[in-house]
Amino acid sequence: MAIEGADIVKAAAFLGAGLAMGLGAIGPGVGEGMAAAKTCEAIGKNPKEAGLLTRTMLVGQAVSESTGIYSLVVALLLLFVV
Amino acid sequence: MINDVQTWVSVAAYTGAGLAMGLGAIGAAIGEGYTAAQANFAVSRNTKLSGDVFKSMLVGQAIAESASIFALVIAVLMLFYKMPDATMIKAASLLGAGFCMGFGAIGSGIGSGLPGGQACIGLARQPSIGNRLTTNMLIGSAVCQTPAIFSMVVALMLIFIDFSKAPLFPTWAAVIGAGLSTGLAAIGSGMGGGFAAGASCEGVARQPETAGPVTTTMLVGQAVAQTPSIFGLLISFVLMFKAFPESTTFAASAGLLAAGISTGFGGIGPGVGNGMAAEGAVRWVARSVENAGGLMRIMLVGQAVSQSTAIYAMVVSLCLIFVV
Repeated sequence: MAIEGADIVKAAAFLGAGLAMGLGAIGPGVGEGMAAAKTCEAIGKNPKEAGLLTRTMLVGQAVSESTGIYSLVVALLLLFVV
Repeated sequence: MINDVQTWVSVAAYTGAGLAMGLGAIGAAIGEGYTAAQANFAVSRNTKLSGDVFKSMLVGQAIAESASIFALVIAVLMLFYKMPDATMIKAASLLGAGFCMGFGAIGSGIGSGLPGGQACIGLARQPSIGNRLTTNMLIGSAVCQTPAIFSMVVALMLIFIDFSKAPLFPTWAAVIGAGLSTGLAAIGSGMGGGFAAGASCEGVARQPETAGPVTTTMLVGQAVAQTPSIFGLLISFVLMFKAFPESTTFAASAGLLAAGISTGFGGIGPGVGNGMAAEGAVRWVARSVENAGGLMRIMLVGQAVSQSTAIYAMVVSLCLIFVV
């Protein structure tokens, strides 16, 4: 089969989208899990501060999440825009 | 050099068998090594119990071993089973089956070793609760094996389903993607389930009276940690059973391959992360059982956030399959 240039570019964009989202999801998943584990530990030690600890966990996780969202944005750009 | 289709099917079967067994051996060996290391430590603490610890080590190792036995079964099947339908799609699906089983056994092998090791340490600490500890270890490591079982199911489907009616382009990419999706996603879930199970064996040995809430928290945490591998399984099923229209463009094939890669790799991190959150919760339920409700709630909130990237990865895969 004849492969044209535009076809190769599109194929590369699709593969890039898969790789970007797939690999990009590893870090936030692990990092946010660490945050949750430490929060459980802290609430176990000091249950009265559960609200404060939960807030800190969620803010920390939101920052950790950002790279996952960057990956999602790049993947969607590769799929639908470029 | 032009070879016939049968040659390529054989090449794929032998390469797939090598991948399945080679990759599949990694996890079980690491898990069993961890169990043995902890058993040695336990014996050095309490030499009188060396017989019981030895028994517990062997039981724990036997479960970790099962992941690599699944890989062995798939590898031997691919070496000796005579494929009735020798097509290029079958060659691709055998390669996919090899990736699926090989990657899929890594996490379960490592994960199942962790409760085994902690059970040995716990036995040296609290010899009187040996039975309860062993039960807890068996439940925990059995759950760790489920991702490897998902991988074996997908690998068997890829070996035995007759894809010969489907168009070669892009089905070849769909079947390899199906293998990668379940196989890679199983790594995280297997390891994550192991973290929770290890912490629960430690907790039961430390505070035997908390065994009920500890085991419950472990099972809930493990169930959430399994979800990324279920996403992987879902994408594999879609890739195997959706009828793709024939398309000779390179992009159509690349999109289906990328769908498998995205959910597969994307499941690793959330699987491990959910397991870490469960580990923290289980450990502290054992130490302060009166906070079990609050700890379960915060574990689930943390896991939900950690899960989000696996869901993004699944959305990207579904876009690649159904939209673009």
